[in-house]
Amino acid sequence: MIDSFLQWLQETAPAVAIAESSWLFPTIETVHVLALTIVVGSIVMIDLRLIGATQRHRSVIELTQEVLPWTWIGFAVAVCTGSLMFTSNAVKYFANVPFRIKMILLASAGINMLFFHLVTYRSAHVWHMDAKIPPSGRIAGGVSLALWISIVGFGRWIGFV
Amino acid sequence: MIQALIGWIESTRPNQVVQNVFWIIPVVQTIHILSVSIVMASMAMLDLRLMGLGLGRHSIASLAQRFMPWAWGALLLLLLTGTVLIIGEPGRSLGNWVFQLKMSLLLLAVIASLILIHRLRRDREYWERTPKLRIASRVLGLLLLMLWVGIVVCGRWIAYVG
Repeated sequence: MIDSFLQWLQETAPAVAIAESSWLFPTIETVHVLALTIVVGSIVMIDLRLIGATQRHRSVIELTQEVLPWTWIGFAVAVCTGSLMFTSNAVKYFANVPFRIKMILLASAGINMLFFHLVTYRSAHVWHMDAKIPPSGRIAGGVSLALWISIVGFGRWIGFV
Repeated sequence: MIQALIGWIESTRPNQVVQNVFWIIPVVQTIHILSVSIVMASMAMLDLRLMGLGLGRHSIASLAQRFMPWAWGALLLLLLTGTVLIIGEPGRSLGNWVFQLKMSLLLLAVIASLILIHRLRRDREYWERTPKLRIASRVLGLLLLMLWVGIVVCGRWIAYVG
């Protein structure tokens, strides 16, 4: 069933247009790269603060409030552009191993972030000024950092397979 | 002259190594993209503040102090990884006009950043002293943001043009 869906998807008009155009794919890909730099760069800023590597004197609450809106805007753009690129060759991307790994890592990063926000961050008002935050927060930062570095790596690798 | 340089690089041993070890280019490109992310996120924050579009509670000087070291550090990594990519595929980059445009934009971005921080070093309030300077800081912020975006755009299009 998934195969016929992917087949249908890549035969839709926008998908065909992207696949056949000489400039549409590179343009969408360029916007994807711009968006991902904002997503990854801003998340790295927060993660490095969480693990206590940088900005140790800065409030975690203040930092996340300043940075996260940009992260989400960038993420929304990256999802839209990524989806468009996917449709242009859906069957092939779906079978692409680095693509599959990247999607699993993205889901993992989402779960890690959700857990951090729903559990660890609830007590942020207690420790947000501490140079060394609670272990659960430091672990969340380290895991996030490792996941996002891998996401960029596998994302780049998709194009090499 | 550029053709001679490309030919010489292609005859060297490091070129052969980068060409033949399959993981070098993807890994180096990944480090390159991660470094671009550091530059883009930190410079976007600084440039938005310069344009008056956020982070108003921090001074321009404090944000420059906070973000410029990240940008310089990441830029060093970008030059190193970029050099490896050029050594591996000199024909793809050096002779490509998009690559040459990218390097020109980079030079302009570095000069504009140096002007920005040079003024702040003498006077932390410099860019907020007069209405004219406030406008100048907004123009500078917009210019810098456009330069960085342009650099990323050119970077991606090196693969498609030339």
